[in-house]
Amino acid sequence: MSKGRFGIHGGQYIPETLMNEVIVLEEKYEYYKKDPDFQKELSTLLNEYAGRPSLLYFAENMTKDLGGGKIYLKREDLNHTGAHKINNVLGQVLLAKKMGKTRVIAETGAGQHGVACATAAALLGLECEIFMGKEDTDRQALNVYRMNLLGAKVHPVTTGTMTLKDAVNETMREWSSRVEDTLYVLGSVMGPHPFPTIVRDFQAVISKEAREQILEKEGKLPKKVFACVGGGSNAMGMFHHFIGDKEVELIGCEAAGKGVDTKETAATLTTGSLGVFHGMKSYFCQDDYGQIAPVYSISAGLDYPGIGPEHAYLRDTKRATYVPVTDEEAVNAFEYIAKQEGIIAAIESSHALAYAMKVVPTMSKEDSVIICVSGRGDKDVAAIARYRGVDVYE
Amino acid sequence: MWQPLPDTEGWTFMSRIKNAFQNKKAFIPFITAGDPDIESTKEFILKMEEAGADLIEIGIPFSDPIAEGPVIQAADIRALASGTTTDKIFDMVEEVRETTQIPLAFMTYLNPVFHYGYDKFFQRCQEVKIDGVIIPDLPYEEKEEVRGVALKYQVEVISLIAPTSANRVKKIAKDAEGFLYTVSSMGVTGVRNEFNQGLKGMVEDVRKVSDIPVAIGFGISTPAQAKEMTEIADGVIVGSAIVNIVAKEGKNAGDSLFKYVKEMKDAIS
Repeated sequence: MSKGRFGIHGGQYIPETLMNEVIVLEEKYEYYKKDPDFQKELSTLLNEYAGRPSLLYFAENMTKDLGGGKIYLKREDLNHTGAHKINNVLGQVLLAKKMGKTRVIAETGAGQHGVACATAAALLGLECEIFMGKEDTDRQALNVYRMNLLGAKVHPVTTGTMTLKDAVNETMREWSSRVEDTLYVLGSVMGPHPFPTIVRDFQAVISKEAREQILEKEGKLPKKVFACVGGGSNAMGMFHHFIGDKEVELIGCEAAGKGVDTKETAATLTTGSLGVFHGMKSYFCQDDYGQIAPVYSISAGLDYPGIGPEHAYLRDTKRATYVPVTDEEAVNAFEYIAKQEGIIAAIESSHALAYAMKVVPTMSKEDSVIICVSGRGDKDVAAIARYRGVDVYE
Repeated sequence: MWQPLPDTEGWTFMSRIKNAFQNKKAFIPFITAGDPDIESTKEFILKMEEAGADLIEIGIPFSDPIAEGPVIQAADIRALASGTTTDKIFDMVEEVRETTQIPLAFMTYLNPVFHYGYDKFFQRCQEVKIDGVIIPDLPYEEKEEVRGVALKYQVEVISLIAPTSANRVKKIAKDAEGFLYTVSSMGVTGVRNEFNQGLKGMVEDVRKVSDIPVAIGFGISTPAQAKEMTEIADGVIVGSAIVNIVAKEGKNAGDSLFKYVKEMKDAIS
């Protein structure tokens, strides 16, 4: 079996044109991973530029209101650019620079990864081009402008369903036409090996910090850890250093959209099946003939028909559980945390909050949970207003 | 078909695909099944054979064909919109086989094959006499995925090499079956004016380790280009230029396809 496997999942299912490039990427990554100078440079960027470590915040109001376990929030929303995405892009763009690349390309859904990538490219002096579904460039015009401000060129993708999966397709096509000076900076723990491992390693800083922080505050590990899952990068980062702690329950919250019994859903592990797509074997939403299904979620960041291969493996081995959360539940949680804690959390993160809110009241007051607030929700305010029938223009 | 050959250690496979290259340069057209509908595809295949095609690639449409340019992407969308499924394509090939024994290869992505079930898919290939499969997202490193089952049903898995293959060419060529699909340029499928300068060297590298026929594809559309490529290799593959004709003329594309294929075949003969 080929490299980069998580159980049966993962692998390198990509065109021959890209094979040499992913092999070189793996070699370079393995080298720089062990290079103290690279690690030092990355730590400096994360601490001095992105604002790490992020806070582990005790949500006292929510804890009192829900009346169960103690709720801690891992505040990735407080990072520079407002989400966990920056952890990965600083690592990958720095790696690109070390590899001698002068240009990075990336896909983006709502625009968070695109903005983060454009930010890192601006900082480190690389050219940046972002591929974004036409549907999403229309819905997230402000993020397109943000990327332009940061010096990136944004290509609206008009093929297929014109959303995230098509943006990934188009970035792969672009990469296969120009590998010499260009690195594909993938935004999630997905794609062909070594991307799922690279992205996980760069995001693992979330759980590395959180584990130390909770031990310091509580003197013991949390009972449960919650994170939202689209491709799964914040969840993989949030889970990684807890995987060895068998007593800590890991819970991924996927986007059910209008419900898992409707076609308007993006709940891959609940409704999908095993497949091979975007370079990896994993679970995908697909039809009876293996055609990839158009998916739906109110959250553009979770609007993806697949899931990273390591999550598929954690699911198969029952080390983590994955649950669907609907648009309605996520919007309720979005509003709840704003009023309770004065935090506007991303609609993606609100999926994790929504499920945690169901579970926490059943827990002992002596125990604690950590919920990853993967990003801030300013970008979602207009969409949530529209969801509630209020016409707001950005 | 299987037969014992005296100079090998055991049974070996008599490849119908290799026959397409015997004593001639092969012209290999590609067509997307179900574009604009499955009945037309059947007619187009027969027309192209009549015009002199030596091997025909039949595309099983996929929702997200990452190695394709805009022309074949659009054909996949039209084909899926017309209700084309893998089962209907097998049935169509079965009907085609009532009148022709031309070598046929499927070109598709791994997920439709995986989801159909490898065993069922390759068994069905054998039943309808599909000689080979080309799966662009199944590189050398992942070929084990289907090798055993394809062999069981005597279907050859065509390998690809690309301009970036460099030190991979020899190991891929040694392992290749049927013919070796040589990608002419970087990027995705689509009509081009220029090709990778290193093509000749790549083909020479293949010749050092294998006598497998080499066909060049990606970007070729004119008789002059086809001629130039067959001076280097044993055959040419043409996709987007043919799919373009179908895109323009729809169900009535048969005569134009005949004319085009004949012109291309004449140019390399």
